[in-house]
Amino acid sequence: MIAILDYGLGNIKAFANIYNSLNIAHMIVDRPQELTHATKIILPGVGAFDHAMQRLKASGLAEPLHEHVVDGGVPVLGICVGMQMLADGSEEGSETGLGWIPGVVRKIKIDANSRSRLLPHMGWNMIFPRESEPLLTGFDMEQGFYFLHSYQFCPHDEAHAIAHANYASEFVCAVRRDHIAGVQFHPEKSHHNGVRLLRNFAES
Amino acid sequence: MLRARIIPSLLVRQSGLVKTRKFADEKYVGDPINAVRIFNEKEVDELIVSDIDATTEGCEPNYEMIARLAAECRMPLCYGGGITSVEQAKRIMGLGVEKVALSAAAVRRPGLVSQIAEQVGTQSVVVVLDVKKKFLGGYRIHIRNGTVDTKLDPAIFAREMEQRGAGEIVVNSIDHDGMMQGYDLVLASQVRDAVGLPMTILGGAGSYDHMREAAIRLGTIGLGAGSLFIFKGKYRAVLINYPGAEERAMIQRAVAR
Repeated sequence: MIAILDYGLGNIKAFANIYNSLNIAHMIVDRPQELTHATKIILPGVGAFDHAMQRLKASGLAEPLHEHVVDGGVPVLGICVGMQMLADGSEEGSETGLGWIPGVVRKIKIDANSRSRLLPHMGWNMIFPRESEPLLTGFDMEQGFYFLHSYQFCPHDEAHAIAHANYASEFVCAVRRDHIAGVQFHPEKSHHNGVRLLRNFAES
Repeated sequence: MLRARIIPSLLVRQSGLVKTRKFADEKYVGDPINAVRIFNEKEVDELIVSDIDATTEGCEPNYEMIARLAAECRMPLCYGGGITSVEQAKRIMGLGVEKVALSAAAVRRPGLVSQIAEQVGTQSVVVVLDVKKKFLGGYRIHIRNGTVDTKLDPAIFAREMEQRGAGEIVVNSIDHDGMMQGYDLVLASQVRDAVGLPMTILGGAGSYDHMREAAIRLGTIGLGAGSLFIFKGKYRAVLINYPGAEERAMIQRAVAR
């Protein structure tokens, strides 16, 4: 059972719709006790880092999430700000991150003189996954994924970077440390590639 | 490389899909959910949905409709219409919308843009400028579906919106709306040069060549269109359409940068 964490942020229903169409068992979870049934967890997130952290804590889901993921070893996939929350913290705010993948979230560096390098990084871009990464296989590489962000995850350990993308310069767009993973782009809004990624997560 | 976004723009009135010309001459064109399903099949880059009832009547956004649209969309969704408070913007984001668009509210209370950006993140705040050409040259932002002249210059106002925390500017030409004769590239260039934000242009696209031309002139931007993706032929028969892979590549490859 894939638990889609609902703490008031992100495209909860979009994830559920995709898993519906794939006939993969899932549930939208907004109460701590429901997490017990989770074999995998999706941690969505949009918007500002502090707002997302505060919402997660206020939902009462932060502690059970920690128990299941860190103590119980349940695989988790963070999406967009949900991925950034896996870090120790973010330049965007002052809240402490979950700290599951060592690193910090920094503003994307752009060349102020270039008219083609604007923030946020918004739109469809290609990703370059590390080889034999089960989460990131089977994509139409030309099509890429949808991005919408101004901040990027900078992992302390390069071994945790599983995909890069280019905007202004190369940056990490997917991370994984054992059973804890995150993607900066939006699979729930990336058509077939996104559906494939969510299926990979369910099946890998 | 980041690609130019090709974006259908849908107008909603009383939960039905409509299309205008010069913000008038409204025609009912179908059911928005059905349109979204077709656009899903066609794998569109992004969608903009504007509720023009909520805009003029000052009523609450139709949350139920927004929730249904957001759940159906396999592509990023930008919603505009009737948003006048931080709470409304947060609630709409909570329904699964990627971006909220402000127009009249941003003109009346520019500070609202900053307040919303603080709560939902600057990347999700879009400011839509509905612009009319002046009789003797120059441009002015209009609000309330084009009926009220704010006397604001779009380039100057766009820069202010950038400073206040907007993440994207949508420039919509009222004069070109629904005419399918091409974008107002002079207007678009003026705003492009004024801000360092992603931008989407809207109003006037009648062919893929119009989009290609705009991409060559303006770089990696959002290319919005209503009529082009809703009508087929000179009698404006309703037929939802979108460029195929080759046509998209032709438009998107125009951007050399």
